[in-house]
Amino acid sequence: MMEALNKKLVRDLWNIKGQMLAIIMVMACGIATFIMSFGVSDSLTLSRDVYYDRYQFADVFAQLKRAPYGVRQQILEIPGVSAVEVRVVFGVTIQVDNMVEPASGKLISLPDGRTPLLNNLYLRSGRMILPDEQGAILCSEAFATAHGFTLGDRISMVINGHKRSLSIVGIVLSPEYVYSLGPGAMFPDDKRFGVFWMSQRSLEAAVDMNGAFNDVAIRQDRGSNTAVIKQELDIVLKPYGGLVAYARDEQMSNWFVQNELDQLRVMGLFAPVIFLAVAAFLINVVMTRQVATQRVQIGMLKAVGYSNGEISRHYLKMVLMVVVVGSIVGIAAGVWLGAGMTNMYTDFFHFPILQFSFSAEVMIFSVLFCTLAAVIGTLIAIGQAATLPPAEAMRPESPLQFRRTLLERMGLEKYFSPLFRIVIRHVERRPVRTLLSTLGVGLSMSILIFALFMEDSITYLMEVQFDMAQRQDLSLGFTHPRAISALEEIRLMPGVIKVEPLRRVAVLLKSEHYAKRSSILGIRPNPDLHRILDRDLRAARVPAQGLALSSKLAEVLHVRRGDLVTVEVLEDRRPILKIRVAEIVEEFIGLNAFMDIDQLNRHLNEGPVITGASIMVDPLWNGPLYQKIKEIPAIASMNILRKAREIFREVMGENLLKMVAINVVFASLISFGVIYNTARIALSERGRELASLRVLGLTRGEVAYILFGEMTIIILMAIPVGLFIGYMMVLGMAQSMDTELFRLPAMVDKDTYGLSVIVVVLSAVLSFYLVWRQVENIDLVSAQKGVE
Amino acid sequence: MIENNGLNDNITFRTEALTKDYITGETVVQALRGVTLDIPKGDMVVLLGPSGSGKSTFLNIIGGLDSPTSGEVYFKKDRLSDYSEQQLTLFRRHNVGFVFQAYNLVPSLTALENVALVTDISLDPLPPMEAMKAVNMENRAHHFPSQLSGGEQQRVAIARALAKRPEVLLCDEPTGALDSETGIVVLKALRDVNKDYGTTTIIITHNAAIADMADRVIYFADGQVVNIKVNDNPCAPEEIVW
Ligand SMILES: Nc1ncnc2c1ncn2[C@@H]1O[C@H](COP(=O)(O)OP(=O)(O)OP(=O)(O)O)[C@@H](O)[C@H]1O
Ligand SMILES: [Mg+2]
Repeated sequence: MMEALNKKLVRDLWNIKGQMLAIIMVMACGIATFIMSFGVSDSLTLSRDVYYDRYQFADVFAQLKRAPYGVRQQILEIPGVSAVEVRVVFGVTIQVDNMVEPASGKLISLPDGRTPLLNNLYLRSGRMILPDEQGAILCSEAFATAHGFTLGDRISMVINGHKRSLSIVGIVLSPEYVYSLGPGAMFPDDKRFGVFWMSQRSLEAAVDMNGAFNDVAIRQDRGSNTAVIKQELDIVLKPYGGLVAYARDEQMSNWFVQNELDQLRVMGLFAPVIFLAVAAFLINVVMTRQVATQRVQIGMLKAVGYSNGEISRHYLKMVLMVVVVGSIVGIAAGVWLGAGMTNMYTDFFHFPILQFSFSAEVMIFSVLFCTLAAVIGTLIAIGQAATLPPAEAMRPESPLQFRRTLLERMGLEKYFSPLFRIVIRHVERRPVRTLLSTLGVGLSMSILIFALFMEDSITYLMEVQFDMAQRQDLSLGFTHPRAISALEEIRLMPGVIKVEPLRRVAVLLKSEHYAKRSSILGIRPNPDLHRILDRDLRAARVPAQGLALSSKLAEVLHVRRGDLVTVEVLEDRRPILKIRVAEIVEEFIGLNAFMDIDQLNRHLNEGPVITGASIMVDPLWNGPLYQKIKEIPAIASMNILRKAREIFREVMGENLLKMVAINVVFASLISFGVIYNTARIALSERGRELASLRVLGLTRGEVAYILFGEMTIIILMAIPVGLFIGYMMVLGMAQSMDTELFRLPAMVDKDTYGLSVIVVVLSAVLSFYLVWRQVENIDLVSAQKGVE
Repeated sequence: MIENNGLNDNITFRTEALTKDYITGETVVQALRGVTLDIPKGDMVVLLGPSGSGKSTFLNIIGGLDSPTSGEVYFKKDRLSDYSEQQLTLFRRHNVGFVFQAYNLVPSLTALENVALVTDISLDPLPPMEAMKAVNMENRAHHFPSQLSGGEQQRVAIARALAKRPEVLLCDEPTGALDSETGIVVLKALRDVNKDYGTTTIIITHNAAIADMADRVIYFADGQVVNIKVNDNPCAPEEIVW
């Protein structure tokens, strides 16, 4: 039954294999980005969740000055607390032989003779610490890898003013340091920040904390109220210099991981949804036109007695071939790329185990979405052909009712050649088709802009961050506040050109029921190095009175200029202040508050003290300067901003850019696929007419002029449309990619626009060439025989 | 003109005051202007008339390929306008064999496959090759339409219509592209089907000589039937002087 029809199907498909391939490509690209993005995001989320769960990542955390062991029992009695681990955590400076600048680290105690209840370690190699073992440490894998340390290597660090040499007995990972960020650093730098664990009793002895702890981690019962537990914990720890307790959402590593995952989800949602939607739209348009070219045959099939259902099924089989192949290719590519991308993310997410996850729902959804688009497109076309009486459908496109075109009516006709008039009439007589083609090409171009903008935006962000805001070469952080005179000492160090004071104080900012932990950075009113930027990204004066909040922080706290915020200082005497918001400043990274340094010190009831400095250095003196700094125990941290910039590019930028590159390739393929199809369909729609014109004596060039003239007009119209839609997508993306960690400026380079235009034009040229070869092959004789 | 007021199985088609207007922009073309006639079962009918007189339009409407602007078409006892989409499909599939003026072969199928396209969905078709033989095309059965001459394509189109052994055969200029010798072969084939199976056959032609083999000749002019001639002694196709 209906064998002949199936033969027709196979041969028709073979005849338009180029176009089918192009549609398959568009579909596969749409599905692949979708699956890839969701796959990366799902895989990382799953890896994190599994890790947190198996290694007992704590729910609530607090730091304090010092409390005796017995306080642990008091914490355990807080309702809702199911497990408590108390520890000693101590900041150390590490001296690595082959590195001029010092590294900083954290030394954490491990209970002797038992595994920790919370924040357990994953042992990558070596062994755990033995009870009361002296001189042995576990080293975080990231730090070990960055320096090439292996088991048995010794690390020398300054602990509480004493230099010690410790031997690595195990390489480990901790759920607390999935994302490890050194003090004062903006980005993770595994070379300059490491985490280490040692026997509790050994560490207590080394830092004079016998029988005491300064760090608490809590597991809460399921369903218990985190806010209440935090409050209770604060009350218990208050006498012991407790800082405000915080939950997972404010735990540094987790906060970064969460932010990254949020970003990824936005990107993994926004980009692929757009890609998929665009692909689906294009498949729809192309399928509609593809089937529409078969109108005469549809009419004939009806005339000889095929039912609408049979005809629809026939063409749907054609679509199904495309859909099946497109889905298989798309899913395979998506999974492959997704797995690769997930692996790359582990460069800065330190998970011990990677769990890949590609959800069936995502695959089914993307496949169904494209299938539906294709099927609807086909049915629309069949519907258009099949509702016509067969006699009419079989008539090759009723001689069109040409009108004088708008341009001609405007009296411009004398400037048009007859050929151009044919072109312009074709464009005008089919306004819907022209519009859809224009939109199709425009959309394919817009996703290219969208894919490329990410790089522009990140480059711009870094320029703003490092060339305009933080212009210092180095930021130093002291172990304790120092008198302002320390600046003079720094000024005298080798190679120092300029020094500016910094006073950082940890605070909890509150307004009504909104609260955010942050820090206030006190700087000079008119700084030259560490500057603040106004809304137009120009250097701004630090207000003489009140706070300058970054716009994101103001948003989080729901405050505006002129509002009062409550500032709970989390250091020393811990005063609670009310300060007015005097300025909102722009910042793409982080959540910061700024203040005039003198004013800040007055608020804290302190004299002129500083906690750090921004320095401009003569690069020739980097070596000696770093050496000098390394020798000063009072300097707890040193951030080299040039390095931070490099790391940002390497770690964050590169992964993102790889995704961008993949998207750019896909977008280009989609552009080409769409333009080729549009040109090719134009040829099949008008092949006969063009052949007749050839018979009448028009040259190939003139025929091509008519055919490509129309396409050229469409592409020219599509360019501004594409630029516009592209920019709208960029705006949308920038708006959704607005996390606490990181905002993406809606910045599109001229180069990006240029490149997208070039890709579209190149696609057009290549498509014209391919179609042109078919125009050359138009068989004038058979065209006249009435065979399409 | 109407021989029998009551509809019965001896009348294959009856039309009443059939009109068809084509509206093209601001102009209206009245392709049919009130055609009322009966076509008895088993008749071999020839439609004659100048170009543009509405012959194709008439054939399309009674074949269920188009609908009239006003008036009625009856196929035996049924009113065609009462047919649902599905009944109309079945009517075209099982009752009507159509030879299109523009042949309308599927370019991606060979001649034989074009015939099979129709026999695939028929109830009691001829083997496609038999139909090809009837029009002397068995030697070109595996050629694609683009490899066939106009006349050969026309013969494939006729084979396609014959192959389903329909109750009615509607042929729009089936010999227009044929020389006299091949034309006679084709007409003979049509005559045989008409005689052997009692197929009601309507043939549009510009060749008045063909009218000699018809039982009935209907003259069209200007969208109307101007004359009907009943031929008591139709001649054999071989006797036609081309
Ligand atoms: N789809 C259409 N739109 C507009 N006018 C039409 C259409 N189809 C036919 N006509 C007009 O209707 C009239 C009758 O056409 P028809 O095709 O029935 O003539 P015909 O008798 O078959 O002519 P020929 O012998 O040339 O085939 C003609 O004037 C024709 O121009
Ligand atoms: Mg005609």
